[in-house]
Amino acid sequence: MDLLIHQILSGLATGGIYASVALALVMIYQATHLVNFAQGEMAMFATYLAWTLMQAGVPYWGAFFITVVAAFIGGVVLERLVIQPVENAPILSVVIVFIGLVFIFNSVAGWIYSYTIKPFPSPFPSEPLFGNSYVTSHELGSMAVTLVVLALVFVFFRYTPLGLAMRAAAQNPVSSRLVGVRVGWMLALGWGLASAIGAIAGIMVAPIVFLEPNMMSGILLYAFAGALLGGIDSPAGAVLGGFVVGVLENVVGMYLGTEVKLTVALVIIVAVLVARPSGLFGKVHVARV
Amino acid sequence: MNGIPTTTTTAAATAAPTQPASPARDAAARSSLSRRQILGLAVLLALACVLPFVLGNYRVFQLTLALAYAIALLGLNMLTGYNGQISLGHGAFYAIGAYTAAILMDKFGFPYWATIPVAGGVCLVAGFLFGLPALRLEGLYLALATFALGVAMPQILKHNSLEHWTGGSMGVVIAKPDAPGGIPLSQDQWLYFFTLFWAVLLFFCAWNLLRGRIGRALVAIRDQPIAAQAMGVNTALYKSLTFGVSAFYTGVAGALASIAVQFVSPDSFSIFLSLALVVGVVVGGLASISGALYGALFIQFIPNVADQISKAAPWALYGVFLIGFMYLMPSGVAGLVQVIRRRFPGK
Amino acid sequence: MKSVQFPKSLWLAASLVLGGALAAGHAAGQSAPKEIKLGQTMPYSGPASAYGTIGKVHTAYFKKINDEGGVNGRKINLVSLDDGYSPPKAVEQVRKLVEQEDVLALFQTLGTPSNSAIHKYVNAKKVPHLFVATGATKWNDPKNYPWTFGFNLSYQTEGEIYGRYLLKNKPNAKVAILYQNDDYGKDLLAGVKRALSGPNAKMIVAEATYEVTDPTVDSQILTLKASGADTFINITTPKFAAQAIRKVADSGWKPLHLLNNVGASVGSVLTPAGLDKSIDLVTVQYYKDATDPQWKDDPAMLEWRAFMARYYREGNVEDASNIYGYITAQLMVQVLKQCGNDLSRENIRKQAENVRNFKQSLLLPGITMNTGPADHAPIEQAQLSKFNGKQWVLFGEVLGGAQ
Repeated sequence: MDLLIHQILSGLATGGIYASVALALVMIYQATHLVNFAQGEMAMFATYLAWTLMQAGVPYWGAFFITVVAAFIGGVVLERLVIQPVENAPILSVVIVFIGLVFIFNSVAGWIYSYTIKPFPSPFPSEPLFGNSYVTSHELGSMAVTLVVLALVFVFFRYTPLGLAMRAAAQNPVSSRLVGVRVGWMLALGWGLASAIGAIAGIMVAPIVFLEPNMMSGILLYAFAGALLGGIDSPAGAVLGGFVVGVLENVVGMYLGTEVKLTVALVIIVAVLVARPSGLFGKVHVARV
Repeated sequence: MNGIPTTTTTAAATAAPTQPASPARDAAARSSLSRRQILGLAVLLALACVLPFVLGNYRVFQLTLALAYAIALLGLNMLTGYNGQISLGHGAFYAIGAYTAAILMDKFGFPYWATIPVAGGVCLVAGFLFGLPALRLEGLYLALATFALGVAMPQILKHNSLEHWTGGSMGVVIAKPDAPGGIPLSQDQWLYFFTLFWAVLLFFCAWNLLRGRIGRALVAIRDQPIAAQAMGVNTALYKSLTFGVSAFYTGVAGALASIAVQFVSPDSFSIFLSLALVVGVVVGGLASISGALYGALFIQFIPNVADQISKAAPWALYGVFLIGFMYLMPSGVAGLVQVIRRRFPGK
Repeated sequence: MKSVQFPKSLWLAASLVLGGALAAGHAAGQSAPKEIKLGQTMPYSGPASAYGTIGKVHTAYFKKINDEGGVNGRKINLVSLDDGYSPPKAVEQVRKLVEQEDVLALFQTLGTPSNSAIHKYVNAKKVPHLFVATGATKWNDPKNYPWTFGFNLSYQTEGEIYGRYLLKNKPNAKVAILYQNDDYGKDLLAGVKRALSGPNAKMIVAEATYEVTDPTVDSQILTLKASGADTFINITTPKFAAQAIRKVADSGWKPLHLLNNVGASVGSVLTPAGLDKSIDLVTVQYYKDATDPQWKDDPAMLEWRAFMARYYREGNVEDASNIYGYITAQLMVQVLKQCGNDLSRENIRKQAENVRNFKQSLLLPGITMNTGPADHAPIEQAQLSKFNGKQWVLFGEVLGGAQ
């Protein structure tokens, strides 16, 4: 029983990692109706940028702030320069562009920074809260950060005119243009915000898993699964989905052994999706003929 | 994403109804090849038969692998291009086909040529069984489910319970077959012709299948599933069968490739393979049979080209190639060929 | 009609060039090959790309040798191709090396799966398959695969050393093992189990695996800790080794912690994990750790640092792979030197079988490289060492594995 509690708490900690990346995926989905496979690599690259700044002597929060802003600008530029030329192409062609971006970011990061793991500092104290041995303060702290970002995203989409304009642009570009929404720039803004969220996720994740170019590849699958499990159009659902996936993974490993952990966890996720195709909290769409 | 499946087709098609018909609709409309096309195919086939005697064994080996990829891409194209079901995990069926062939040869002493249909059959069943629950999933969700399959396959292959058959992490070594008695061909040349035979056979079957009623039904399911169902097309059956047949093709390809490489191991079939297949299908041209050939040549040879140009970050260069291709020809090479043919008719 | 008159100087120049070319061609035809072409496949991309640096060290080292005049007057040309750690790609690239590039020998092809895929082919083609960069035990099989040579201390030997250490020093240990779910992890596990066999097998109370795609191994550590084990054998690669060491310390578990050599680098593993959390780790070593303070002024280490600064500046001096690559490259050069002017594949193979007590000063004192017609494994010795919070301290004697 004690072990189970341990595994659940540890699963929540790992789940926090998935949840933060899932949030970035949802962000970009809400803005563009596309899932950006390159999200993980972009987050990793941004984290390396933060690392470079810290190596150069910039204090933690300064580097954090600069990186998030740089990631935002980078996302906007990427959308305008790289994605916009193919925005009328078939969906799969855009997926290929994403795959291309994955290769580019991963390969360039490996070339510049090499593949040796690098420790990454955490802004949270190194002693665990109340001296517990279940979760570190950093893991708790990054979960809190994820929830704060989630709240901001929720408020942004629900209560601000800009958020409304972005959702409109994604859902119905033609009508949005008719009412004066600059659809192109809404897409770019969406990419910028997703990129910034990704950078925050990367900075929170790196102290746990260590910084290296392949840091995000294992995480992306689980984040994707978590986002879909919770419902790709629901930020809160995606975050919850991320936590669920983390706990599920650990519990399965505990009871069924670690050699089938990956397989069984994925089977369960797919089974849930088959039962509830829009995810646990997603909106069920009714198609009108 | 709303539930209306038109989001799986070109976004442009909904916005601009005057877009020219896709190659699939063209192919469906034409029920036979023009004389010019038959001549072109004959030349291509002749070239394919002459090449192994002109090039060295190493190049012949590479071409054999490219032919196997072409068969796999044809299978994936049937599913994704013609039927609109996205699969990011087809490497799993490639793996199942490859391991079936390897285990039959290694543990049961099957001759190499007998393993191909068996590998295909096993994958047909596996694909159909996977396609059944997948019926409930659309677009992104299907993408995740197939992605999960692709990611999990290496772990499944390494599992202890299967280790007696699969050799676990160590894999299985396959003996390379010789040309049957008397024929003066090297092993590589013989395998090339063996693979070429299967490629020609399977391409012909696919062309036949897709240009008739079945092909039209698949495209209808892709573009307007509700209307198709209203017209009496058994959507569920077609979709699952397509998954099965697509897996059949990919499994045969995996078996052929594994015999050429003489080795199978879980590391040979990572998620990277599945992604390469998707790249091949899109770059070659969705919903096009010739696209499978273009795509196969791309995924076989372009990484080597990138490697030769840039030693520092060859995969970054490959990524740039991918993006460039998508800018220049969003409908793939086959799409570009269509456009050129339309501009210069009768040439 | 006016004819063109070539100036006399042009005729003179032309005849000199022609004559020189004829003479050079004549000379070239007579002597042995002008360059020594070696081939290898390395994972420059894909999941094992961290090891790609080994190929870069080789290239840098051979450039240094070439700058100093080459081996017996010949330059070494290393053709190093990317196989992405994928066996089919390895087969393709090795066939290119053998059939198109016509290399004299393969050197340090990396990765067990890739080498397994080409094992039969290179022996059938009679190409020297030298010093493969993997610790799998099956490379040392001269009877069936006479052209293949291993290099690394075999994983099974390493595992056995840990097993026998426990039998001698802690026979009542309750052992938990974490290992990577692939051939390397399973090979080390097999070595441990070979030593802890029969009635001793029940010493192992828990096992857990992980995939390279897993983000963390925290969950596995928790399960192993809950088994009540007081000894932990840690068979992981650098990233996961660092995570495991940190989690073991953070979770309050204080086992006797045996760490495999691959994950024991002070700079790339222990420092990120936390030096204070790495105290009393035990491992096996056979070469010096560049980040270990005790070798700071060691002449061999200084020589290596000078080499890195001059020929491989972008290389990471904290990465143990860069020392490993240097040692293997020196072994290759030694074999080539022994070949003299006979650079046929057969002679290269013969000389690779003829390495006698080759001392490379980056190896630990007391460890030498040896091969023979029945022994295709240059390294068979290692020494245990314990981490004291700042450096690895060797103890005991140099051990050899059971054959």
